Amino acid sequence: MTVNPSGWRPSAPANEQGEAATVTGNRALMLEEPLLFEIGSIGQTGVDFAAVPQGATRLGGLERSKAIGLPGLSEPEAVRHYTRLSRQNYAIDLGLFPLGSCTMKHNPRLNEKVARLPGFADVHPLQPQETVQGALQVVNELAFWLLDLTGMHGVAMSPKAGAHGELCGLLCIRAALEARGDKREVVLVPESAHGTNPATAAFAGYRVENIPASAAGRVDLDALKSRLGPDVAAVMITNPNTCGLFEPDMKAISDAVHAAGAFVYCDGANFNAIVGKVRPGDLGIDAMHINLHKTFSTPHGGGGPGSGPVVLSEALSPYGPLPFAAKYPDGSYRIVEEETAGDEHPNAFGRMVAFHGQMGMFTRALAYILSHGADGLKQVAEDAVLNANYILRSLEDVLDAPFASSGPCMHEAIFSDRGFANGISTIDLAKALIDEGFHPMTMYFPLVVHGAMLIEPTETESKASLDQFIMAVRSIAERAKSGDETLKAAPVHAPRRRLDETLAARKPVLTWSESVAAQAAE
Amino acid sequence: MRYLPLSDADRSEMLRVIGAGSIDELFRDVPEEARLKGPVHGLPMHASEMAVERHMTALSRKNMVAGDVPFFLGCGAYRHHVPASVDHIIQRGELLTSYTPYQPEIAQGTLQMLFEFQTQVARLFGCEVANASMYDGSTAMWEAIVMSHRITRRNKTIISSGVHPHYVSVARTMAKFTEDDLRTSLPALTAGTDAESLIGAIDTETSAVVVQYPDILGRITDLTPIAEAAHAAGALLIAVVTEPVALGAIRSPGEMGADIVVGEGQSIGVGLQFGGPYVGLFACREKHVRQMPGRLAGETVDAEGKRGFVLTLSTREQHIRREKATSNICTSSVLCALAFTAHLTLLGEKGLRQLASLNHARACETAERLAAIPGIKLVNDGFFNEFTLTLPVEARPAVHAMVEKGVLGGVSLGRLYPGVDALQHGLVIAVTETATEQDIDALEAALKEVCA
Repeated sequence: MTVNPSGWRPSAPANEQGEAATVTGNRALMLEEPLLFEIGSIGQTGVDFAAVPQGATRLGGLERSKAIGLPGLSEPEAVRHYTRLSRQNYAIDLGLFPLGSCTMKHNPRLNEKVARLPGFADVHPLQPQETVQGALQVVNELAFWLLDLTGMHGVAMSPKAGAHGELCGLLCIRAALEARGDKREVVLVPESAHGTNPATAAFAGYRVENIPASAAGRVDLDALKSRLGPDVAAVMITNPNTCGLFEPDMKAISDAVHAAGAFVYCDGANFNAIVGKVRPGDLGIDAMHINLHKTFSTPHGGGGPGSGPVVLSEALSPYGPLPFAAKYPDGSYRIVEEETAGDEHPNAFGRMVAFHGQMGMFTRALAYILSHGADGLKQVAEDAVLNANYILRSLEDVLDAPFASSGPCMHEAIFSDRGFANGISTIDLAKALIDEGFHPMTMYFPLVVHGAMLIEPTETESKASLDQFIMAVRSIAERAKSGDETLKAAPVHAPRRRLDETLAARKPVLTWSESVAAQAAE
Repeated sequence: MRYLPLSDADRSEMLRVIGAGSIDELFRDVPEEARLKGPVHGLPMHASEMAVERHMTALSRKNMVAGDVPFFLGCGAYRHHVPASVDHIIQRGELLTSYTPYQPEIAQGTLQMLFEFQTQVARLFGCEVANASMYDGSTAMWEAIVMSHRITRRNKTIISSGVHPHYVSVARTMAKFTEDDLRTSLPALTAGTDAESLIGAIDTETSAVVVQYPDILGRITDLTPIAEAAHAAGALLIAVVTEPVALGAIRSPGEMGADIVVGEGQSIGVGLQFGGPYVGLFACREKHVRQMPGRLAGETVDAEGKRGFVLTLSTREQHIRREKATSNICTSSVLCALAFTAHLTLLGEKGLRQLASLNHARACETAERLAAIPGIKLVNDGFFNEFTLTLPVEARPAVHAMVEKGVLGGVSLGRLYPGVDALQHGLVIAVTETATEQDIDALEAALKEVCA
């Protein structure tokens, strides 16, 4: 079929369901939208400026001579362009988004409102410190909560996301080891870990070795103990783990790791299951990042910005990065950075980002935490775990649940594609869920479960919402087991059918250009 | 609690379905001694929306708001007017409350916007390809250094003295752990940059030269000779842009031969936000794309032949390649990238050029007036919207003294380079379209007084 370069299909025939074609390619509320480069023009703008005073320039002879190639749109055109595009997205605001390990909970709008207060949104990071006392107090108040909720000793607020927090934790560990003249080279990572764990360890200059999982979906304690030795710097554990299970041996793991002279890094992506119920500090953990965009409800924004503060044990706190906000006995707040660190924080491993971290996320997370309070956060963990177990027990008779017999799960339930017929796999069930109006679960992760489906409903789903989702999954699972090949064509009701990812990778088109567009039209 | 839909009746019914007698039974894998008996001790209980808003508003009022006073700070974060529609667009729930587009059939909005963003960034920087965003400019610069290391298989990087000292600090921190060899130096308060000494330092062990454009003192230099020297030695040129609005007025680094161009996108669409979240921009030559970090949106077709977009070349990334990935980055800064692309679309080429001209004209006027104050000298010959002055007094106390007069009058080099005697009199002033005539008058008056 010929592809119109704009993506429109003005003369589209009736589709497989026999729906009548439209001349525009639109279907009522489902509106096709061309690329900016196909509708904008170089001479159009949606912003009015005062007249530019004429005068000599001082650009060092480097004035732009050639066109940049940036089309503009007037304000109504721009608003319509982006509104139409936005409607091609699924989102938490639309429905259940059970992406395992991502904690897609409701994003309260109060958080958006407070983050936009001019006193937070319109403040420069290099303003003199006497002019930013309120901002520093936000950082400090949030830090106080994070420390109390985790039972840890110190916290580094500046990491920009979870993986950046992992890096921060490993650099603290490395600095602590180097301070005692101990050069260790290996970081142990369970095979069920998020991909960021091994990637971070490698980024921090370590060699990565995998440790196997037990049949019960936990870290194999004996295998771990036998690998510990003088070359191991750290063990990275996710707890609750990526199978949605709590590691009951966590304290024993920590003790063994410490006895071998190494440190315990905990991936805190799944903190939502235990917030307000269990303090990682009581389990012997040395460093753990907290994804504010998961547990503390800051919006995921289509892939960030996140925020990944790292809580640290007493042993690691002296090595935390600069800068940070500190409260002084006179009630004032100050930024401790390179110049003041010498006296107050001489062992800091250095700086991770240009400024102080994700202030816009701190204000949102603090508003969320204050809203819930200690009692509400405990209820968050309980409801998140309750919702996940409700899904586990409501689906275990139609989907293979590899760890269901060993007891309850934490905040997410895991299933495999065992029993699907005719080559139908997890992806087919996932795409069929799209047609039913749900975002799919995390697919094919963790790797230790065949065709894994990791479902994290979060605490902000009502029972009615869960019941509808369960009904949809049950129906699709029955079709998958009976070998209903129509599943392989799903989704049919989404803005796009399945997309050719192989083509995208084989002939990458990463930017728009007139010549590529012309080729496609031929 | 207003964010929790389950009622007690729901909870009882669900426990019955699960076959558990109590919530606590669901936590049975957690050792008894690690389970808290009640809410975490010493923390307040839940609060109403009104109470939380009141508390946060009170904290916000303890800050001096940039928009309330004459304001002239830059050095890596710039205050520009962001059209109201930009914030409206990124507050659409479909954009705000979605995630990394792992299911492209229901994420075409984010994916098409990222494809448009990549195209805009590549064009603005004069490069062939750009990725879908990094955390910020400083982390993007480090990623560029290690990317260059992978491409050239060399580990020596020469960083210009004109690069933002916090960016250098991030790179130095990381290099301690990767054993990359970084050559750094301090800037001098001269009109010329260190281009010549950079060229002289390039040898056949050099992986990359890193230059900021415009630099930390606001100076602009032609990158062409540096690019030529780097390429002749088999090294790459990495350019860092902390104020992308400048590229509406001056030539792009890519045009002058930069191989990798990274930047801070904050000044277009994002706002100051006390340092974050911001958005890292990352662009390079197409031949290096497989060494690039971060997400990439790419064009493809669906099963019916309709054009669509997906995340692509994922085999570079951590979720596939684990310890062999080009970076550990996962969540980046997509919503800020969407704000950037929406603002740049509203501007268009015409608006961006007008905005850049307006910034430059205001900065020229301000520089001229301030340089006429007795004892103050302008360091720069060329600049865009930011320039450096030397004051007859130390600049850091002068900045605090101006705060007393209600003026946020620039960034002192003493703040950025504490303890470096030769720089203590330096003051960096940024002037954008948001500065009014009255603001410039107030700055001039305040500087006169503190320098008298």
